[in-house]
Amino acid sequence: MINNLKIWLHQGKQYIPDVTSAKVPGIFRGRPVISTERIDQTALTELCPTNAISNNPVSIDLGKCTFCGECAFAFPNKIKFTTDFKLATNDPKRLIIEEGQEGNIELDPALIRKEISKYFKSSLKLRQVSAGGDNSCELELNACGNVNFDMGRFGIEFVASPRHADGIVITGPITENMAEPLQICYDAIPDPKIIILAGTDAISGGIFEGSPALNRSFLSRYKIDLYVPGNPIHPLTFINGVLELIKKRK
Amino acid sequence: MSYISIRNNETIPVSSIPELDYPGFLELNVLTLHQGPGAHCVNYFGYPHTGKIKLICCMAQDEDHSINISSCIIDPEHPLPSFTKHSLIFERFERELHENFGIRYTDHPWLKPVRFPFNRADKNSSVADYPFFTIESEELHEVGVGPIHAGVIEPGHFRFICNGEQILHLEIQLGYQHRGIESLFLEKKKILQRITLAENIAGDSVAGHTVAFVNLWESLCGFQPGRDLQFSRTLALELERIAIHTGDLSAMCTDVGYQLGNAVFGRLRTPLINYFQIWCGNRLAKGLIRPGYNHFPFSQNLADELNQVLNDYEKDFEEMTKELFSLPSALARFDKTGVVTAEQAESIGTVGMTARMTGIKKDIRLSHPHDLYPDLSHQPVISNKGDVYARARLRKKEIDQSIGHIRGLTKNLPHAKHHKGHYTSPSPHCFSISLVEGWRGEVCHCAITGHNGELMAYKIKDPSFHNWLALALAVRNNEISDFPISNKSFDLSYCGHDL
Repeated sequence: MINNLKIWLHQGKQYIPDVTSAKVPGIFRGRPVISTERIDQTALTELCPTNAISNNPVSIDLGKCTFCGECAFAFPNKIKFTTDFKLATNDPKRLIIEEGQEGNIELDPALIRKEISKYFKSSLKLRQVSAGGDNSCELELNACGNVNFDMGRFGIEFVASPRHADGIVITGPITENMAEPLQICYDAIPDPKIIILAGTDAISGGIFEGSPALNRSFLSRYKIDLYVPGNPIHPLTFINGVLELIKKRK
Repeated sequence: MSYISIRNNETIPVSSIPELDYPGFLELNVLTLHQGPGAHCVNYFGYPHTGKIKLICCMAQDEDHSINISSCIIDPEHPLPSFTKHSLIFERFERELHENFGIRYTDHPWLKPVRFPFNRADKNSSVADYPFFTIESEELHEVGVGPIHAGVIEPGHFRFICNGEQILHLEIQLGYQHRGIESLFLEKKKILQRITLAENIAGDSVAGHTVAFVNLWESLCGFQPGRDLQFSRTLALELERIAIHTGDLSAMCTDVGYQLGNAVFGRLRTPLINYFQIWCGNRLAKGLIRPGYNHFPFSQNLADELNQVLNDYEKDFEEMTKELFSLPSALARFDKTGVVTAEQAESIGTVGMTARMTGIKKDIRLSHPHDLYPDLSHQPVISNKGDVYARARLRKKEIDQSIGHIRGLTKNLPHAKHHKGHYTSPSPHCFSISLVEGWRGEVCHCAITGHNGELMAYKIKDPSFHNWLALALAVRNNEISDFPISNKSFDLSYCGHDL
């Protein structure tokens, strides 16, 4: 017991005091900024492994982007990835960053159902379904609950049964072999319920887009409440996105 | 010669691989296993070839650091005698051949689906309709778990046959994670698409699979990586090992209800993966390893920062492991739980940590060293108990060893520079193989090129492919309540297996 107390004491405070204003260490590739410089647009769009870049105007779709940063290395004056980790939104159009656009990525309050903040603002229990996820987003979702990020302090937790959940967090490009279990799990969650897509693979299929082993029909049946880009998602991206979704609005 | 003997990361013309008739092919590869404990099958796969199927078998000889490659062309219409009849280490490889190409085996004892791939031969088989083993008895009951599990983890189905609380038999059904990666390697032609695919094979083994891919690709293209590229790859592999092992110790504490261990190991992993972000901008090292080039050359500043991270880590890690491994309530759950005997591990061909925890000295870093491993004079850490305790203890010792390797590596930094990646395209009609010791064990990638150097076949084998059966054997006669800790102590990959 004494040893346990000693260890506890030696650990000190490990949590991030304010997850909304935290700084990430190092050269994190977050929200990109695209300048209006003229470049060889074909070369730029050809470069991208997931066709996330479009022309006229030059834009990056964060729902498709794997954040590999290769475009920024090839065209350093055109594209820069900032360390801004607040990438989540509820409007897929806001995932598309156009050249000259500097503003933050935010949620569209008009698209948030009224009952979400009413029921979930101080308690949100989520069920996670990995449907072809490569275990990177899953690791980061687990990290959201560790002592550093401590998502539990906001009443946001992952639960073991859909019956106890208020929503579903989907990772992975949704494989054919997981399509039915995903549907069964979603159906078992009581109303009202939310759907969150975590990671590039879930939002667009990512690098697996077009694979015949996928079945993404689930996504066409329901409204998605939150898109969280990343490959994998950063815990701060996820936590901030969810907090914005459930917070009380006037 | 009935086979060709090559080294890890060697590229040879496909025509130099001897083609045998099936009886000769079977005899050769089964007999190779009897040549000593260092002989094992690292890959055995098929690909379509002029209307038939060409089988390629890769048998590693650990003692003399070589890999014996042999081949055979078969007609999938004709039933064949199985390798598995002679050795269980071929069991899953032959099930995969059966599933992909409809090859029928006359004497395979367990010819069940592996992963229900989209291009399987039998389209009538379905992931929802797996033929589980059953026992008719009024005394027994079945417990089905999954595919979706209680925690935030990947899907797979576990079917237990229990006698009261005791597990008699466990059968593990996988395939839910199948994304068709091997086919995508052929379809997506850009190199950046392929390296991104390699990064997404298993997101907890990014270094393991990307290093296997780039080493293979560079070998196919005749590109010789400089010491700084090899340095980054070796360092990334060892850092990944420390980070994931630490996370696993955290999860193992959770599964025995030791909250302090869960919290402390969990937070100790954070600075390690944050270090990857400092180095390359991604906490799981995606974007770090690239064929023929690098965006993140290693510097003295990065080395100083890493040594600081490791010094801080080591102090707290030592304190926490000392407590964990002397805590009776934790040890009572670890000790003699989920035992795999050396005999079992040998017979089913386990690899990596799962082999080393039963005393088998299997480690690619020693037997088929690549990148800077020849300089590290690596000696595998082994244990011989084969239980949960051995797997926890082995992780602790491997972490200590990897910290030592990193300190050694960073004493002598290579001259770092940006590489642009000027290399040619892959040679036509070639075969290449790449073996890497990831934190789970032996990762193997194989490629075959065609007329213009385009990929004709790409075969990936995650160590979990060998090791899932070890988990199923380990939990026999355990209480079913000990299953979570056993499962976590192996921490096998679903997506790495399902591809």
